[in-house]
Formats: sequence, C-alpha cells, structure tokens
Amino acid sequence: MIKFNNVTHFYNTGQNHKITSLSGINMEIQEGDFVAIIGANGSGKSTLAKHINGFLLPGSGDVYVDGFNTKDIESIWNIRKKVGMVFQNPDNQLIATTVEDDIAFGLENIGIEEEEMKRRVDWALNIAELNVLRTSEPHLLSGGQKQRVVIAGALAMHTTYLVLDEPTSMLDPKGRKNILEIIKTLNEEKGITIIYITQFMSEAAQFKKIFVMDKGKIVLTGSPKSVFSQADLLMNLGLEVPQITQLARKLAENGLEIPSNIITEEEMVEYLCLYI
Amino acid sequence: MMFFRSITIGQYIYRNSIIHRLDPRVKIFVVILIITSVFLINSWIGFFLIGLYLFTNIYLSKVHPKYVLKGIRPLIFIIAFTLLIHFFTTPGEVIYHIWILNITREGIQRGLFIAVRLFYLILSTSWLTLTTSPIALTDGIERILSFLKIIRIPAHEIAMMMTIALRFIPTLMEETEKIIKAQMARGADFESGNIVKRIQNFLPIIIPLFVSAFHRADELSIAMEARCYRGGEGRTHYRQLLITKVDYIFMIVTLLILILSYL
Repeated sequence: MIKFNNVTHFYNTGQNHKITSLSGINMEIQEGDFVAIIGANGSGKSTLAKHINGFLLPGSGDVYVDGFNTKDIESIWNIRKKVGMVFQNPDNQLIATTVEDDIAFGLENIGIEEEEMKRRVDWALNIAELNVLRTSEPHLLSGGQKQRVVIAGALAMHTTYLVLDEPTSMLDPKGRKNILEIIKTLNEEKGITIIYITQFMSEAAQFKKIFVMDKGKIVLTGSPKSVFSQADLLMNLGLEVPQITQLARKLAENGLEIPSNIITEEEMVEYLCLYI
Repeated sequence: MMFFRSITIGQYIYRNSIIHRLDPRVKIFVVILIITSVFLINSWIGFFLIGLYLFTNIYLSKVHPKYVLKGIRPLIFIIAFTLLIHFFTTPGEVIYHIWILNITREGIQRGLFIAVRLFYLILSTSWLTLTTSPIALTDGIERILSFLKIIRIPAHEIAMMMTIALRFIPTLMEETEKIIKAQMARGADFESGNIVKRIQNFLPIIIPLFVSAFHRADELSIAMEARCYRGGEGRTHYRQLLITKVDYIFMIVTLLILILSYL
C-alpha cells in the first residue's frame, strides 16, 4: 500500500519565492489498484510521482510504501525496488546500448545472480513483447518500443507498483494505445499496481479510479464516471472531459435523453441505438 | 551531414566469426601489444609480417575490408602530412632537391615507417571496434581496469561513462541534424563566409545541443537512480566473460608473430 500522510512539499526552500508544489496530500493506493492522476500543467502531478519512490522527500508529512517511510535512508533502495518508474521522454531513460542489457541494468544494480538475471530478462522481454528486438540498439526503436523497454526494465525488478509519469505524451497514437494495453494486462494478469499520470482524458477514462489535482491539492477522487460527470469543475481547473462525454453533454443539452456521464464509445453506441 | 557517417570507430558490425567470439579482454590486450610493437619495429620484414597478421585477422572476422579502410579516410590528411614533414626534415643523404627543400633517403624511410605505423594503429583499433560490441568493449575495459581499483582508479565509473557515451552518440547526432535543419529553416547559413564567420555560425547549433544534453543528463540520472543505481559496489554483470582455449591459442599466435617481426 502506498500512503501519503498530509504531505506538503516546497520548491526553492530558503529562498524568497518559495513555491508550494504539494499541500496537505492525503492519499491511499492499495495493491492491485489501477489509478490515474490528472491535473493541469503545474498542478503537482510529477512532484507527487517523485515522492512515491523517495526521489523527492516531503517537507512535512510522510510517504509510506508498504510500511517503509521514504524519509528512512535505510529503506530507500527497498522502496525503489518495489516502485518502478516510467518517465515522459523515452530517450532519456535507456542507459545501456541494447534492449536486453537495458532491461538487465536494474538487476545488475541490485546484485541479482547471473542465472536468475537471464531468467528475469527473458520473462520481462516476453511480457513487453520485445523478444524480436532483444539485441536492438535503443536509438533504432520507435518511441513506443522504447517505453516498453523501460516498462520491461521495471518489471524485471519484480516491482509491485508501476508509476508512469505521462509516458505517452511523446508517442504517436499507435504507441499510445499499445502502452495502455500492456499496462492493462499487467494490472489484470500480474496484479501490478498502476499509477498513471496523464493529460489525456480519454486515457484516464480507462482507469478504475481517478485523482484530480489542482495547485498541489487533490480536489476530486472517484471513478471515471463520477469524475467526468463534473465537467464544469474540471473545466474550471483547466481540464477537459473526454470527447465522448462532451458529445453526450451536447446531445443532452439539445434534448436527447442521454446521461451526461458517458465515458466510452460503446456506451454511447448503446444509447444511440435506442433511437433507431 | 556526411561527416558523421564516415567515422567507423565505435561502429560494431555483427558477424558470426571466431574473432567476434574472442574475449574482449584478450582483444584489447592484443591491440595494445600490436600498437606498442608497431612503434618498436624498425624493419620492412617486421612490418610486412604484422600487416599480414592484421589482414588475416580482418579476413577471419568476416567484416568486409572496406569498413576497416573507411576508418582511415578521415586520417589520410594527417598521414600524408607527417609523411611529408619527415621527407623534408630528416637530415641525411640528399636524393632530390626542390627550391630550398631537400628530400633525404633517411627521410623517405622514416616517413614511410611512420605512415605505416599510423596505418596499422588505425587498422588494429578499427578491427577491435568493428568486431567487439561496445558493451563487450566496455565490459572488457572495466575488468582490465578493475585490478587498478587498489590505486583508486574508478574502473566502474569509467566503464559506465563509456556506456552512456556510446548510448547517446547516435541520439545526439540525430539531434544535431535536427537543430541544423531547424536553423537552416530559419535562414541560417553554414556554407558561406570565411573561417571565422563559419565558426561563429555554428554557435546556434552548439548552444541548443549543449542545453539539451544537460537536460538529458539530468533526466537520465533520475532514471538511473529510480532503477537503484548507486555506483559499482555490489553490482553484478549480465554479461559474463569467459576466456576459452581459442583465446589462449589466439594470444600465443599473436605473441609469436610479434616476436618474429621484432627479430
């Protein structure tokens, strides 16, 4: 379980213009959860993500990962083993010169034995569907493939939690879809907890739970349906509801009997079929 | 930019050959031996033997010689320059006289020797980098240097820096091309003007490149730490190095040839 206990974080501490990037965050993420965090630029999403693996430490309050406090220097490597991170720019996360070596990088760092390492690399390559690219060099891969390598690298560590900080914002639509599919399988079949930060509302709609952030606070929590039904609030925060929800609202405004919290195309099709 | 494409150093070409399967430590050691002996040898027979040996190695590696020779192209000017300098500056028996310059017999001999030495130097290092994957190479260097840890030589750090450099060379080259195109689209001119002007014109390429490189370094270090990187201590290796019978045979043959060519 990941637990944020009244976490506040400042940038530029000790300087004149102190910036509060997180204020009073209380949040719990259970093992096996499939959650998205949304928010406008500068709302503190990335800062929050970097608190989960102890990369940033709370100014006040505590972050616990499976009972380990991130402030505890002794347990920081334990936490980083449990929490895999995927960042935005795929180019700046790959360290080694081939795919398999990169996946092994984390394992080398934590001192895994050779045999076990080979087994884990094979396993991760399989899950991320990278078998054919095993010996490829990173710069020859597409953005989506690179992100899959990063995910595989985290998987090989046997992480419990996977934190993805806008992993698809530099990808093409195809790569974007592919990454989401893989993440879904990981959650459903391997039980890996997914914490997914995104600016794409259509992506967020596919998660089980959404946290909405604004100015360093969590302002709204709930299922996609309940979150996206509050379109006006989201609009005020500089966010949009998914296109399909927008369409449903427009249709409802014009007199069609359609609920305004539709979040998938399938639902929309069902309701529209009633009119044929 | 055609300039980038012609540098072979660090351009590994995969083939299934004896040479490719040799232990990188053995290959690095052999190249060091060749380079030192090339500068000790002073006879044409010796040079001939080493040349034969080097070309056999290249043949055995199944890499087309044109790749090896490509690495020499950027350095032809330097070789020609040293050749000429030696022709004219070595004192001795004058065999040709132009204006105030004298070409001596000793000069020709020494110039040719130096040219051959440089040629072999590039040949052997290209052979090493063409047949050894960058990973194997850095692994080899790390292991070779690891016994120097006692005198505080940071073997792991050096190897890690090399790995990252190798990983980012293609990425940064791509980025350079992008920046060049972007600046050209804004009307930048890299082709005309005198030398000073041209160098000045490169600033709009260098500055964005540096800014982005630092940015990358920052993000990369975060990604590395997120993956539990904390230096070389307690680190295991994905790739194991093994010295086999073939490696020993290769070493012995090399040593014999080097001794023969020195005699």
